[in-house]
Amino acid sequence: MPTTEPGRRRRPRASTVIVGALLTVGALVTAFPFLWMLFASVKPRGESVAYPPHLIPSEPTFEFFAQLFNELDFGRYLVNTLAIVAICMLGLLLMAAAGYGFAKFTFPGRDALFFLVLATMMIPGQVTMIPSFLIINGLNLTNTLIGISLPMLVSGFAVFLFRQFMATIPTEVLEAARMDGAGEWRIFFSIVLPMSGPILAVQVVLTFIAGWNSFLWPLIIANDQKLYTLSVGVSLLNQQIATNPSLQMAASTLMVVPILIVFVVFQRYVVQGFTLSGLK
Amino acid sequence: MKPRLVPYLFIGPALLLLVTFGVLPIAVALIVSFTDMNLAGLGDWSRIQFIGTDNYTKLFADRAFWGALSNTGLFAAIGVPSVVIASLLIAIGLNRSQGRFFRALRSFYFVPAITAIVAISLVWGYLFNAQFGLFNYLLSLVHLPPVAWLSDPLIVKFSVVWVAVWRGLGLNVIIFLAALQGVPKEYLEAAAIDGASEWRRIVSIEIPLLRFAIFFVTITTVIAWLQFFDEPFVLTKGGPLGASTSISLFLYQKGFSASQFGYASAGSVVLFVIIAAITLFQLRLRRADADY
Repeated sequence: MPTTEPGRRRRPRASTVIVGALLTVGALVTAFPFLWMLFASVKPRGESVAYPPHLIPSEPTFEFFAQLFNELDFGRYLVNTLAIVAICMLGLLLMAAAGYGFAKFTFPGRDALFFLVLATMMIPGQVTMIPSFLIINGLNLTNTLIGISLPMLVSGFAVFLFRQFMATIPTEVLEAARMDGAGEWRIFFSIVLPMSGPILAVQVVLTFIAGWNSFLWPLIIANDQKLYTLSVGVSLLNQQIATNPSLQMAASTLMVVPILIVFVVFQRYVVQGFTLSGLK
Repeated sequence: MKPRLVPYLFIGPALLLLVTFGVLPIAVALIVSFTDMNLAGLGDWSRIQFIGTDNYTKLFADRAFWGALSNTGLFAAIGVPSVVIASLLIAIGLNRSQGRFFRALRSFYFVPAITAIVAISLVWGYLFNAQFGLFNYLLSLVHLPPVAWLSDPLIVKFSVVWVAVWRGLGLNVIIFLAALQGVPKEYLEAAAIDGASEWRRIVSIEIPLLRFAIFFVTITTVIAWLQFFDEPFVLTKGGPLGASTSISLFLYQKGFSASQFGYASAGSVVLFVIIAAITLFQLRLRRADADY
């Protein structure tokens, strides 16, 4: 399959080289804003507003990263964001359980309830934003981490993916465990979950990305600065665009770099997640 | 534990949350849209009045609402074809080779899709900056006058769409790549033996076989653009003078900045009806297509 192997195989054709070159240019243009962000985050303020602009900083400094943590409370935002990611991981267990319930049990109302799950995938977030706020407010959960996390905890799409995957687990395995006297929860935790490794990996990565990046909902629910997430903190820096781009770029870097690391390490799963969704 | 209850215990918690925050909100929006609920009503429900269809009457007379609606239409009209065509072309290009180099390139296109919107919008805001931004500098290199990327009422519409297209490509490239991998190699080889040119193979074999993926990407992209929010919110707050305000942003401003929950809910219901109608229309088109 590899067409780029030198010597033994034929050289790639001219048209492939041209396409490759075009795609490379496109890829560089696509990635350029990130490159700009990284370099700008270590530019002293004078350099970041200099005209004409330079990509490479001549006197790099990390003072803006220090400022984010020392003066702007980004340490707290980071902890809040990680807490939300952790809570969302619990949601993952709920969705896995639901996927298992739909995949391996027959019960009255199953098809109707599963249709309901699918239907929630079609309902746009912006439509539910105001009513969800009213519901959270009615439950007295505004300005709590729970209130921020609850509506993000489950998604119909993830339940669907879990169900699709778990339907392929052989029922005999589960029956054998029942014969041996294992309880239903024990079967779920010690047989079904371990056998669902690939789909769990996908979901953990997607959940991390979604929780880490979540913006609109935390913005709506968190009025107290103590509960701001990174994304809310970063968006507030927008007012400083004219005054201090370096500080903004440092904050953006702080948000983007962990995702890039997660992406590079787990790239296979991220892509698999979108492939698993059965879009062929 | 009764065996008959077991499945309900497994699906219960997730279903409860899905219903509470996925289905119930539609009903809540509908009810609230017939009231004058605002910040006072939020604290004390007895201050909420049922006002019938007043919110809807007011909404349809609101020039800002029509402005947001026509902006959203324009965003979708530029954004949807750009995203669908560009991501299809990129995917077909990336699919030419399974070599290491081409696979590495995929990541570059995908990264904007997974990074935080606030962070990347700040970066774009910096690049667009009228005084020290890079884009105006690049224009000056070719002796073009500076452009007010985010403060000109017409140009700003294209600036926010540009960022959103950039961000929207990655996900759709992946979807198209997955679909392209499902195209049987034999078809392409057979066509090659018959002397079909590359271009011909792409147009006559790959694209027709991607019909479902194209349909899927189009439908999800249309819905995504009707909900367009993040880029204008972070880059421009909808300005200048509402020139980049989308429907979602309009709802956010009415609901959360002005605390007019009843009024904003009426807007949510209208948005829901528009999205549902367009989705049903597309599904119907699809069915007609399948018959053929």
